[in-house]
Amino acid sequence: MELVQACKQALVLLFSGNADLWTIIGISFAVSVKAIVIATPIALATAFVLAFFRFPGRGLALSTVNTLLSLPAVVVGLTLYLLLSRSGPLGDLRLLFTQKAMMIGQIVLCFPLLVAWSHAAIEAAERSAWETAITLGAPPWRAVLTLLHEVRFGLIAAVIAGFGRIISEVGSSMMVGGNILNYTRNIPTAIALETSKGSFAQGIALGFVLLFLAFALNLGLSFFQRRGTLGP
Amino acid sequence: MKRIPRSLFALVLLLVPAIAWCAPALLRLATTTSTDNSGLLGDILPAFTKSTGIHVQVIAVGTGKALRLGANGDVDVVLVHAPPSEEKWMTAGNGVNRRYVMYNDFVIVGPPNDPAGIAGTKDAAVAFKKIAAHKSLFISRGDDSGTNKKEMILWKDAGIQPSGHWYRAAGQGMGKVLAMAGELDAYTLTDRGTWLAYQSKLLLKIVVQGDKRLFNPYHVMAVNPDKYPDARYMDAMQFIAWLTSVDGQRMIGAYRVKNQQLFVPTAVTHH
Repeated sequence: MELVQACKQALVLLFSGNADLWTIIGISFAVSVKAIVIATPIALATAFVLAFFRFPGRGLALSTVNTLLSLPAVVVGLTLYLLLSRSGPLGDLRLLFTQKAMMIGQIVLCFPLLVAWSHAAIEAAERSAWETAITLGAPPWRAVLTLLHEVRFGLIAAVIAGFGRIISEVGSSMMVGGNILNYTRNIPTAIALETSKGSFAQGIALGFVLLFLAFALNLGLSFFQRRGTLGP
Repeated sequence: MKRIPRSLFALVLLLVPAIAWCAPALLRLATTTSTDNSGLLGDILPAFTKSTGIHVQVIAVGTGKALRLGANGDVDVVLVHAPPSEEKWMTAGNGVNRRYVMYNDFVIVGPPNDPAGIAGTKDAAVAFKKIAAHKSLFISRGDDSGTNKKEMILWKDAGIQPSGHWYRAAGQGMGKVLAMAGELDAYTLTDRGTWLAYQSKLLLKIVVQGDKRLFNPYHVMAVNPDKYPDARYMDAMQFIAWLTSVDGQRMIGAYRVKNQQLFVPTAVTHH
């Protein structure tokens, strides 16, 4: 059976420390971790503003964030491509087909998810924590930290979900990264390539890595969600 | 609004997949992106369907994948351009009745300022040597396609094992790689058909062409009916017969993109 044999080869590739394979895995993690680290603080600030202040256009901003949740990766890729292309407005930055371009795409992709999830977490928090802190004479920034600490499990869940979205994303990375060997080839683009070459073992090996990761992320997610609802 | 009876709903739920499943079978052709993206198949297949009544489903992939599809019995007939791989594939008993249909040619394209100074070089291997010597940026398909295999043969002829920052294996289709070469001011090897289709959008020009080594032969092969008895072998043979017939060959030779002939038919010898 072809499937069984390819799976066997895949396991051999993974556990024999195949250099090509692990380079691809390394690139995938390096890019996505950096993207989520950059996106999280900005998204948190945005979610906080949306949850705690009432201002005109807030409703529209929330609907926009929720709409962008289903933003297709290829659309992000295409838009970014046109912006970063030599003939595009940001062409002089020469970012196209670099890891930075992939990071930008992934930041755009996980941002709405981070905002929506952390907004929900902050909204669910007792406003009293904030108010108590303020009445006890804490400066606003302390009060913010107190509140964020209160809902930390919800925020971690948001980050895990955001990471899950971008580590497995193929459309944008393929378009603006270019799938260049040892440079911008990550797990999803490598799977697309190996499949198009008809060499399935490496594709399956990388698929295993993603599956295992998804499993680990889900375990973490349900753990933190449970902690979040029960309270610390 | 009246509720739709549950039984009708169930019927539809059952029927739709059933109809989709029983759709008339087609002759499945695995071929390379160069024959499909260049518009050749779209131009000649209607005539084949008209004369034989056989509808063709085209699966356009890299040569490596096309041969794999054939070896797995996922298609009935294969039209590709990588003779050494084809011969291995035939010897392994995957196919029968291999026929030489046509050839087209590859060109080396690069940035207009030609940093490696290879414009007008008649020898493709010499041109590759100069690109490597200047460490000029070169984008490789890197996807085991026919074009990629041809490129590797040329590097071998040049006596170079390409690696380093100047050599980027993109792992994407020809159109994407051309766009990438245009963005990065790089050289690349492309088939003439895809080049003609993308030329107007690119800041690149042809620097090397006409070397015999850049010729690119296409063969058609039927999937071995002994290995896969359910393959549409008779239809596949009709397709091969038509492609190599006087009519089919005339149509291939007459196909033009931007007033240039892309494929030279080779199956019928004139006398």
